[in-house]
Amino acid sequence: MFKLINIIGLSITKILSEMGRMVLLFIETLSWVFRPPYRPFLIVKQLEFVGVKSTLVVIITGLFTGGVLALQTYYGFKMFSAESLVGATVGLSMTRELGPVLTGLMVTGRAGSAMAAEIGTMRVTEQIDALSVLAVNPVEYLIVPRVIAGVIMLPILTVLSDFLGIAGGYFVGVNLLGISSGAYINKLIQYVDLSDLYNGLIKAACFGLILAFVGCYKGYTTSGGAEGVGKATTQAVVMASAMILVADYFLTALMF
Amino acid sequence: MIRLVDVEKSFGTQKVLNHLNLEISNGKITVILGRSGEGKSVLLKHIIGLMRPDSGEIWIDDQEITGLKPRGLKEVRKRFGMLFQEAALFDSMTVGDNVAFPLREHTRKDEAGIDKLVSGLLREVGLEGIEEKMPSQLSGGMRKRVGLARALALNPEIVLFDEPTTGLDPVMTDAIGDLILETKRKFDITAVVISHDIALSAKIADELAMLHEGKIVEKAPPGAFFNSSVPVIKKFVNVQKFSLPSRDDELANHHD
Repeated sequence: MFKLINIIGLSITKILSEMGRMVLLFIETLSWVFRPPYRPFLIVKQLEFVGVKSTLVVIITGLFTGGVLALQTYYGFKMFSAESLVGATVGLSMTRELGPVLTGLMVTGRAGSAMAAEIGTMRVTEQIDALSVLAVNPVEYLIVPRVIAGVIMLPILTVLSDFLGIAGGYFVGVNLLGISSGAYINKLIQYVDLSDLYNGLIKAACFGLILAFVGCYKGYTTSGGAEGVGKATTQAVVMASAMILVADYFLTALMF
Repeated sequence: MIRLVDVEKSFGTQKVLNHLNLEISNGKITVILGRSGEGKSVLLKHIIGLMRPDSGEIWIDDQEITGLKPRGLKEVRKRFGMLFQEAALFDSMTVGDNVAFPLREHTRKDEAGIDKLVSGLLREVGLEGIEEKMPSQLSGGMRKRVGLARALALNPEIVLFDEPTTGLDPVMTDAIGDLILETKRKFDITAVVISHDIALSAKIADELAMLHEGKIVEKAPPGAFFNSSVPVIKKFVNVQKFSLPSRDDELANHHD
């Protein structure tokens, strides 16, 4: 019995201490966002890495998600002759939920994991210590540009995903399933407000912050050589994905 | 002068530095010897402020650094250069960018001036014309030389060498020894070298210190140190002295 309590106590202590470390690093990161030195070159490099290089995966995800949504809702709506609502359903689902969430998850898998691996490797090969010795703050140099890039690029990628999702839904609904083009577009315009898009983009920015920060945090606190880098990378993806889904619930509850 | 006063450091239940006292004189090469896992690198990281002691004081000339805030520590670190065990070159940058890094961060020199300085520093370490190579294209010895060039870029007063010959062949080990002596002569630095290599230590040291069980058990010039009656030093020196077969043994084996 005491052993069980001991194990539970140790686990809770470990979780709390990890949360504490995360919060402290987050505060330090935020404090450097608005302080010089500003590093436009590094930010642009990360914008390219997080954004431009994730474009293909976001295109594929958005296009096929919109398509499958149209396909699924069409058969449901057909039962009570509401096929014309497919466009609105695809539009609302993509802008409010699927666009930001799927983009967040896909970019976590591609860029968040790479951030953890790169910074983790720098940690175990003493490159982060070398930065400190060269009188450069590693948080300001490594984490801040990545977090800024995540917050900026996720909404942009989400716009792309939303648009392609609606286009994919249009193609499947209109070209393959025979819904009228006018009905698809009219209902889409009628039911989807700009506020749906904006709120979705605010979510995306939060997901960008989560995936970049968690990736950097896991990399920054890596220990234990190559095995440690592998663990950090896996943990970064799992933790960021879970946090994105949890945050999505609370943001949705607040916004809609 | 670098002074460590009653420094203690533990990791969990393991006490690595145990009321350690050490004085390192300016303008000399001090080699700190010790077995693997004795905490030599931990000691070095305390000197440059990468780790903070649990208790005790660390003085760099007349400045106590253990309580310094990041900004103060950053200024202290500009007086240091450090060569890491595996060189810790930034593997996303070319050799030239690695050496130029501290110059770009902390000086207002233009690119032409920086290029000239980088070429000069690489020439000093015997690696002229490799600015465009990536660290992954270099051998272990070359990486260490580039690491030294980077460490010397800001004309430091104190240079720390963390196991500078680990993983190098005997010829390269000798060459690195020559390089440390040459660097000390040309740049007029205080050098602190962490090593377990007796041959290197005998070649370069003005003073030797032995770290054992978290304390400095002996500190003396080479002559007195190698004749020390401290058992752990006698054992350490004798094991390395007799680890190679003598010339007579070699001849005997050859005739067999």
